[in-house]
Amino acid sequence: MTVVSLPGRASARPVSLGLLGLAAAVALLELLPRLGIVDSRFLPPFSAMVRSLAEQATTAAFWTATGQTLRGWALGLAIAMAAGIAAGVVVGSVPLLRALTASTIEFLRPIPSVALIPLVVLIYGSEMPSALVLVVYASFWQVLVQVLYGVADVDPVVRDTARSYRFSRRAIVRTVVWPTAMPYVVTGFRLAASVALILEITAELIIGVPGLGRSIGLAQSSGAVAETYALVLVVGVIGVLVNVLARAVEKRALRWHTSVRRDL
Amino acid sequence: MTVILNVDGLAKTYTGHGREVEAIRDLTFQIHKGELVCIVGPSGAGKTTLLRCVAGLLDSSGGEIELDGASVKEPPPGMAVVFQEYGRSLFPWLTVRKNVELPLREKGLGKADRRAKVEAALDAVGLRDSADAHPWQLSGGMQQRVAIARAVAYEPSVLLMDEPFAAVDAQTRADLEDLVRRLWLQLGVTVLFVTHDIDESVYLGQRVLVLSNRPTVVLEDVRIDLPDERDQLGTRSSARFSELRGHVYELIQLAKKGHRPASPPSAG
Amino acid sequence: MRRVLPALALPVVLIAAWWVASAGSTSFFWPPLRTIVEAFPRTWTADPLVNDVLPSLARLAIGYLAAVVAGVALGVAIGSSRTLRELSEPLLEFLRAVPPPVLVPVIALFAGYTGWTSKIITIALGCVWPVLLNTIEGVRSLDEVLRDTARSYRFGRVATLWHVVLRGASPRIVTGARQALSIGVILMVISELFGADRGLGAAIVQFQRGFAIPQMWTGIILLGLIGVALSGLFRLVEHRTLAWYRGLRQAERGA
Repeated sequence: MTVVSLPGRASARPVSLGLLGLAAAVALLELLPRLGIVDSRFLPPFSAMVRSLAEQATTAAFWTATGQTLRGWALGLAIAMAAGIAAGVVVGSVPLLRALTASTIEFLRPIPSVALIPLVVLIYGSEMPSALVLVVYASFWQVLVQVLYGVADVDPVVRDTARSYRFSRRAIVRTVVWPTAMPYVVTGFRLAASVALILEITAELIIGVPGLGRSIGLAQSSGAVAETYALVLVVGVIGVLVNVLARAVEKRALRWHTSVRRDL
Repeated sequence: MTVILNVDGLAKTYTGHGREVEAIRDLTFQIHKGELVCIVGPSGAGKTTLLRCVAGLLDSSGGEIELDGASVKEPPPGMAVVFQEYGRSLFPWLTVRKNVELPLREKGLGKADRRAKVEAALDAVGLRDSADAHPWQLSGGMQQRVAIARAVAYEPSVLLMDEPFAAVDAQTRADLEDLVRRLWLQLGVTVLFVTHDIDESVYLGQRVLVLSNRPTVVLEDVRIDLPDERDQLGTRSSARFSELRGHVYELIQLAKKGHRPASPPSAG
Repeated sequence: MRRVLPALALPVVLIAAWWVASAGSTSFFWPPLRTIVEAFPRTWTADPLVNDVLPSLARLAIGYLAAVVAGVALGVAIGSSRTLRELSEPLLEFLRAVPPPVLVPVIALFAGYTGWTSKIITIALGCVWPVLLNTIEGVRSLDEVLRDTARSYRFGRVATLWHVVLRGASPRIVTGARQALSIGVILMVISELFGADRGLGAAIVQFQRGFAIPQMWTGIILLGLIGVALSGLFRLVEHRTLAWYRGLRQAERGA
């Protein structure tokens, strides 16, 4: 065979190159306004963003807003996970229900969550439940669809075996359905986690639900340019952390799962 | 007979990250126009490396490869390769016919010309009825036939085959071996056939080049003096076949033990 | 008929239930479905269709298509070069993680937030990441043997790009394009909610602010129908372009 594995820098190289890429982006952000290529009223130098971030980090308002965003995200995600898993297991285990709901799910899923914005504004105003409804609605589908895939993936032979040993319905769910569906649930969690963050920030930004999104909107409309960018950076970092966290959870949960599933 | 492929002092050393692996030390051999030559060697002898260098897919670290008198630095015009991984060398999004036709189109052939060559090639490998199927609808042996048809239709001066039947079942393999012999006799194409199967190399080739262990050199150039008309039953049970097979087998055993020719075949 | 019947059963039951349950509704927020249905043709006449809905869809189409083209082009470039890939990976990881709606205030800083350009840029910038990242992944995981085949038959640049790279990466590209489409619809609406303007999203908010509740509901329903229609359209395209891929996967699973 020609494949000769060569030890060495293979693992170190991407990290350092990636850091170089990040550094280049930061340098660009610093230089573009400094050299006057982009007006610094629109894009302040990176150092100004960092300075503004440092200032904000000393204020209680910033941390309150961050807490509100994270709380809204976590609560919405938790509700969506619970509802999605429950509905998915029930619907997926009963063939008749599955056939009946398939088209409805396909119909309801593409309805954009933002269509509900006017409705939640009317009902809840710019309070936290507004964001919660949007977050739960959007992430629910992600979880539900994955759980349905997972339940459909249950090996019929295993299920029949469990039945022939007269396992109770609950025991079948616990010992057969759940372990098979678990990897799918985790994938659903990963997808839902990032969707939930998007909707949480959207609700804050558009409706004015308290949180980082609203802070960004306020900063922008009051002309605090550096502050706006600083907050956008914070939201981006939170997004990265959410992704990293979700992937770590997925990796842990899937460690025992030998089959290679394609990522959808 | 004219030399069509000349490999002179070929060397290949993989380098990377402070480590060097010498895969091929010094390979020299010639193939004449119209010959069918098999290359056999112990596993890890750098057979695939050699073939990829000859195909121009891999840069050599030393020596010279000439096809039709022109130095090979990149895939040359007069060469076609049939890979071992038939399932991965065919374009799954194209039909069988389009798979065979695409290289011809890239070669700049006209539509009528292309069609005639595609039909002829598919006919020759017995796949006329599957022309509009997609590769993944066919069995492994049929997929490899498509790859062979594609190579034949391209009308190369040298056809390279890299362990093409290593991944098909024994019966299909026998059929495909006969197909290669038949196409070679019919079309007069020059074939360089790489395999790890001793029987296959003796059954197919006019010559068998036995390679040494890594770093690779040619251990012996065995002339196969079996008649041109060969068949799976008669040829394989003949006394001469057994002798030749025994000889090649011994060479391979020697190669595995690290035996090397007393003096390198290429002194220059 | 056998397959259509259960598919339609639940939606029909749900709509009927909504109709009956809301029939006598005096709630301000939940008008009878009958009222909403009656309001539909009165609300979405030729004028709002031409001046609100069509422009919204046009902006979505332009922004989305620009994002797909740019995402695929950049993705092919980055995916083909290991150095570029390693260089850009953490940066892309960050850019992807930024929730797209925050683009709105940032873009507003540059150009204010009126007119088509800013909206189209919002949509395009939001849609580009899933396409880009999936294209990179698709190009990166192209089969080595297939690349060698193309090289050994001396395929030209154009043929390699078209017949090998793009076709080979197309399943991943389509996955990215599907994710991008739902983001695009969201951004189409959001971009209109931000500045006072015309468009489907703006119209719905106008109804809500003016407490024209049945009209607002017709807007929500219209938006839902558009979402469903777009996803149906996408499936149609996907069905045609990826027929080979479904067959391949089935063959692999059967083997």
